[in-house]
Amino acid sequence: MSIDTSKVAESNRSSAATAAKPNRAGSVALWADERLGLGTAMKKNLRKVFPDHWSFMLGEIALWSFVVLLLSGVFLTLWFKPSMGEVTYQGSYDALRGIPMSEAFASSLHISFDVRGGLLMRQMHHWAAMLFVASMMVHLLRVYFTGAFRKPRELNWVIGSLLLLLGTLEGFTGYSLPDDLLSGTGIRAADGFMKSIPVVGTYLSFFLFGGEFPGDAIIPRLYIIHVLLIPGLLLGLIAAHMLLLVYHKHTQWPGPGRTEQNVVGYPMLPVYAAKAGGFFFIVFGITAVMGGLLTINPVWKFGPYDPTKVTAGSQPDWYMGWPDGALRIMPGIESHLFGHTIAWNVFLPIIVLPGLMFTILAALPFLESWITGDKREHHLLERPRNAPTRTALMVALMTFYGLLWAAGGNDIIAIKLHASINAITYFMRVAVFVGPLLAFAITRRWCISLQRHDEQKLLHGYETGIIMRSAEGGYSERHLPISESAAYTLTARDDDEVYVPETKVDENGVAAPVGRLDALRGKLSALWFADNVQRPTRDEIEEARHHFEHELEGGHDEHAALESSESVKH
Amino acid sequence: MRFLNRSAGRLSRYRRGPVAGLLLLLLGLGLTGGLYQAFSPAQAAKSDTQAMQVEKGRKLFLVGCSFCHGQNGQGISTIDGNQLGPSLVGVGAAAVDFQVGTGRMPMAQPGAQAPRKKVVYTQDEIDAMAAYVASLGPGPAVPAAKDYSVEGLTDAERQEAIVRGGQIFLTNCTACHNFDGAGGAMPRGGYAVNLHSVEPRYIYEALLTGPQNMPSFSNGNLSPEEKRDVIAYITSMRETPSYGGFTLGSLGPVAEGLFAWVVGIGGAVGFAVWIAAHSTRSTKKKAEVDA
Repeated sequence: MSIDTSKVAESNRSSAATAAKPNRAGSVALWADERLGLGTAMKKNLRKVFPDHWSFMLGEIALWSFVVLLLSGVFLTLWFKPSMGEVTYQGSYDALRGIPMSEAFASSLHISFDVRGGLLMRQMHHWAAMLFVASMMVHLLRVYFTGAFRKPRELNWVIGSLLLLLGTLEGFTGYSLPDDLLSGTGIRAADGFMKSIPVVGTYLSFFLFGGEFPGDAIIPRLYIIHVLLIPGLLLGLIAAHMLLLVYHKHTQWPGPGRTEQNVVGYPMLPVYAAKAGGFFFIVFGITAVMGGLLTINPVWKFGPYDPTKVTAGSQPDWYMGWPDGALRIMPGIESHLFGHTIAWNVFLPIIVLPGLMFTILAALPFLESWITGDKREHHLLERPRNAPTRTALMVALMTFYGLLWAAGGNDIIAIKLHASINAITYFMRVAVFVGPLLAFAITRRWCISLQRHDEQKLLHGYETGIIMRSAEGGYSERHLPISESAAYTLTARDDDEVYVPETKVDENGVAAPVGRLDALRGKLSALWFADNVQRPTRDEIEEARHHFEHELEGGHDEHAALESSESVKH
Repeated sequence: MRFLNRSAGRLSRYRRGPVAGLLLLLLGLGLTGGLYQAFSPAQAAKSDTQAMQVEKGRKLFLVGCSFCHGQNGQGISTIDGNQLGPSLVGVGAAAVDFQVGTGRMPMAQPGAQAPRKKVVYTQDEIDAMAAYVASLGPGPAVPAAKDYSVEGLTDAERQEAIVRGGQIFLTNCTACHNFDGAGGAMPRGGYAVNLHSVEPRYIYEALLTGPQNMPSFSNGNLSPEEKRDVIAYITSMRETPSYGGFTLGSLGPVAEGLFAWVVGIGGAVGFAVWIAAHSTRSTKKKAEVDA
């Protein structure tokens, strides 16, 4: 490939141009490219454009905390012994020396007190797990509120929901491993949950535990689920999630120059490689600081698990908190059938409810497109206010979740706010039903008010804060038109189209009755868009503009004076 | 001398008489008792002050406690069968020392639970009331310092006491007081207190007497040594450094979740905003205001 370039012109001047000698990185890249053909493959992807907005980086928190989890998790596996074999502790922690415990717990203590950096790694791993699930939820909310789940991204939404579910299970299997008093209590609770399933519950429990609780199989089984099965699934689904992201291209906020056909932003290299790479170090840093400074799950204080012991404040990690809250506020309802007890008070809140909520979550995109009849592709995001019912629906779900979440910490709330735990429980029993309805109504009206505000800005301009006094002595505030680009951004949205069920007319001119499901769909669609403010028409905007021009032209001297003073201020 | 000899001789005639032994015994006993009585003024004074202390305690009791507990400490029932104050017969001096010594009694107002507050009596007054209440019926006495202290044990014994105490603590105490003694909720506004700063003496008395929502751990239930061991564990937890960093109140996963969201997610989102606001082409100059 070497071409003699010594004779080639260096510039358009008289002497010839020669290529500069490649630097070391360049020659390595050339070496690799000549053998692997990376350049061709990377050329397109390295220049891939991503739009810039802080909310598009929320999913990255999840991705990077997952990387922290993999790194710290591998460290922990080097010392952790997933065994329920009984040993007598002889390590450095004084208050437990000589106490019989499982090898799993003894090795957790060993990691915490006798492995260099072990406690930091344990705490980083745990904090990163909390952040992993939390950031997935924040990312989910962003995607939902901006309508980024719409066609063609519905399946990526489903994959994301699966990731959330698997992340939660991964967390549960992880914090159950140390076999301390708290985690053992959690496993015992999980055993009870399984047993509450009618007919098959006891069989499931015996299958999972290899016999009656606790047996000696559960820790090794949870371990292999935690370090191999679920991480493998997570990795595969994360890969699919991101490949689909690349395939669909990233959504963007509407604005001048941004259409459904393009993506306006910066290229992967160098901008996003630097931003995302830097963000990894920031997420790593946050988990390291938290792991170094904030105690999480001090297993040495809990001591080894023993079914005869329990501690106040026995809660699951936060992401399991909301079903726990449902369990706490559920009234004790049981039925007895042929000598068998069906524990509705356990089965409904902890088996049925999470399953139902997860199904609703995964089905949200399909539910919305069915109601609205919207089957078009969307690459431009929608502001939450421009889809009031969608926004209100998620806020209602969040309220439901949040109230159950709070109910899961009812004892901590009771002691910290000096309240009665019974009063909190009774309040929550009502609030979980009333709260979401209130939240729905308030959010919806709030969104519509914001839409009206947008319309006002478009048609009447923005409030300048300048108060004018007329010749008659009346006062009024001066409005000025918003900029062209702001007006474009505000109006860059679709009109809402209410789905109207088609009525088929037969050859005799008699309309066939609309199917019941179709009629429901039409009604729901009308409700979905009811009271929404549509964007102003071209005529309305023209008229508003004309009005402004008229006002500016016919303006009195004071107007001109005010305007000039305003421009000085800017 | 002669007279003495004569009278002794006369007495000695009866020395083998049938009642001589009995008389001598009575004489000896009488002398011993009389001499003891005559030559031990300290004992006599103490006995006097004990009576005076009970009397002082009774007076204090009548002013400060009898409104709810009755003029004889018998307790007062309301017409619907509730208690205004329970009977104090048999609760013992330890109960008084605990309730009044921690400021829980006298109560400021009826409620789910009397909170610990400023102590209103001096220790002398508390001792007097304790003596009065102890005089109502037999009950646990105020423990001595050696009962709840591991002073005098060797290091190895002390260590064993702490390990034993930890196991007793996890079995009997954590269900309400939480794994770190940070406290927990009880039904209807009650609560198990935070043990982080409770004095060993009051922990011992609480174990003995079972105040408010707490069950009592009598000596048959937890032996005095076991009580001492639990106290040794609780105080050792105060001296042990917090290995993992800030404890977040030692409240378990609820507090951890709060910090994950506020510090972790809050921080990460803050950095995301910062990163997105800085690009190769972003400048410090604010873009034109387009409201």
